[in-house]
Amino acid sequence: MTKYLTSRLFQSAGVMFVFLTLVFVLVQSQPGDYANVFLDNPRLTLEERAELRASFGLDRPAYVQYALYVKNFFKGDLGRSFIHQRPVVHVIMERLPRTAMLFLTATVVSFYLGFVLGKIIAWRRGSLVEYASTISGVFLFTIFLPWLGLMALWLFGLELGWLPLGKFLTPRLWSDAPFAANHVFHRLLWTAFIGGGFLIAATFFLNARRLPGRGFILLGLAAMLALAGWGWWLSSGLAGYAADILKHMVLPVAVLTAVSFAGTMLLTRSSMLEVLREDFVVAARAKGLSEKAIRDRHVARNALLPVVTALMFSLAGAIDGGVITESIFSWPGLGLTLLESAVVGDMPLAVGAFVFTGVFSLVAHIAADVLYVSLDPRIRYS
Amino acid sequence: MAARQLDKYYEIRLALLLRRLRESWALFAESRIGLLGVAIIVFFALLAIAHPILMATVWEHEVYHPVIGFDASLVGHPTPPSARHLLGTDPLGRDILSMLMHSTHSEFLLGILAAVVTVVAATTVGAVSAYFGGWLDSVLMRLADLVIMMPALSLYIVLAALFDLNFTTLAIAIGLVSGLGATSVIIKAQAITISVKPYVEAARGAGGSHFHIIVTHMIPNLMPLAFLFMMFTVTAAIFSEAVLSFFGVLNIRMSWGIMINTAQSSGYLGFGLEYWWLLMPAGLSITLLCASFYLVGRGLDPVVNPRLRSR
Repeated sequence: MTKYLTSRLFQSAGVMFVFLTLVFVLVQSQPGDYANVFLDNPRLTLEERAELRASFGLDRPAYVQYALYVKNFFKGDLGRSFIHQRPVVHVIMERLPRTAMLFLTATVVSFYLGFVLGKIIAWRRGSLVEYASTISGVFLFTIFLPWLGLMALWLFGLELGWLPLGKFLTPRLWSDAPFAANHVFHRLLWTAFIGGGFLIAATFFLNARRLPGRGFILLGLAAMLALAGWGWWLSSGLAGYAADILKHMVLPVAVLTAVSFAGTMLLTRSSMLEVLREDFVVAARAKGLSEKAIRDRHVARNALLPVVTALMFSLAGAIDGGVITESIFSWPGLGLTLLESAVVGDMPLAVGAFVFTGVFSLVAHIAADVLYVSLDPRIRYS
Repeated sequence: MAARQLDKYYEIRLALLLRRLRESWALFAESRIGLLGVAIIVFFALLAIAHPILMATVWEHEVYHPVIGFDASLVGHPTPPSARHLLGTDPLGRDILSMLMHSTHSEFLLGILAAVVTVVAATTVGAVSAYFGGWLDSVLMRLADLVIMMPALSLYIVLAALFDLNFTTLAIAIGLVSGLGATSVIIKAQAITISVKPYVEAARGAGGSHFHIIVTHMIPNLMPLAFLFMMFTVTAAIFSEAVLSFFGVLNIRMSWGIMINTAQSSGYLGFGLEYWWLLMPAGLSITLLCASFYLVGRGLDPVVNPRLRSR
């Protein structure tokens, strides 16, 4: 397993290098260059123009620029943003946690929901439930996401007034807060990370030991974790602020989930139907196992593999969905930064945000790969 | 004499092709979702064809032009649907139905161009990398890894900022992205099974050049699968164009995405369903046309993939 993962990591490093090169080629082949934004000014003399271009390093030959670009990338320097007047990396680092939070929550929720629903409709094939969910699944799968977002915003934000109308916090609540929003954001992310990681580790541990009653142990563990987290947040005095952020998250996550769970659901269904024809399902039936045990432990477990493969293919799509959702709900994450900077022509920030989106996607792919390897014993032992 | 033989040869090829098409259609028609998709596509195609005819006959140019039209006889645009404007007018006084029909035309052209680029790119990459293997194969497949990993929409946004994207350049970009990514990997898997077939061996033994083998033996056998992915590319292309137009980053005068963008930027969203004709027609059209090509693709699945056939 480590061997496979090491080779995969090396491959990813290669892909990332090609990605950086491609971005460089794109930026080089644009008409004009970065300095164009400043060259509109007719009062600049020729010398000043040359100086300006030199200050960007644009007077040097392309291969030197390329070497500098790669070197700077690994030093964590992506240039300065024109509109924010500070390093691009600072702007991105400020917004990355918000995107990560939105993306992780939506991916986990939609994958889980899609898998569970797919399992159920595969078991009830031919019923009305199956037709209804297949048709609504195809509809949600191809729906125009901005339109759905706008409709959700209008219905829940405006007409019913249940949820806030966008942005990621209420300015009035936060105006006299003694800390930055990211202070709370990082803690929210860590809570989710530690809690989720602990639960996954416990599941693997308990399943490997085949302890009796492990469902109850897990449930108890989850309850204890939730209680501990709850207590920590209440005692830290940040709970009100965290609740505000979570309230703003509901609508974007719901919209993102609505469009992406359908693909998983439809795929789980067809994957389950394939597995149902296998001999071991007949054997399990003959052994007299309960329908639920056959469905969950024999069929669903084997149907999971193609679904996870498809998840890897759809990660990039989910990140794109994040860009759309962020812009509809004015969620100030990486996607909105990319779009806004591209619209106003702040190219260093736009390219920087794009490079980071690519790196983010690559990391998500590696994580999905690890998940896949841990699910499929054929890769682990070969 | 030779010309006559040639004639016969093509007659036979044509007859074979027709028979295959008829069999494929029979298989395709078995799936109802595929037929539903075809019905929706035909509906939109009729809309697209009707627009220039209506413009030339019934609709006055000044009032019904999709981009610069304005109805001065009505006050208080946007106006709700009426006999004069079947789907109402937008905040700039333009006829929604005319805008919708005009855009249909360009969405089709965009989708078809993107799909053709995809097929050319994917079959070439797939066939070449399966046939030659070696370093060429690994370079092309790493490139495919990269394209699969890359968030396409973010790429188009950056492209739109760096260059000037219109319908044609966007279609080529979308076609390349979907053709060099997952599609080429799947086509390559199919091409590998073809490249070991006896007839390829025979062609090689008879002294056929690499180019000849790839063009006359491999690519025709990859076409059905490529045709399936054309459909999914059309869906992706229409969706991407609509999102990008909605963001307002493309250099396009009129499309469904721009119609929604106009409604949103003039602030009519806050009224929700009160101004439904500003959002619903364009939004539903995008969803329906995207869904229709996807459904046709699903209907084609059993035609291309014998394993899925019910008999």
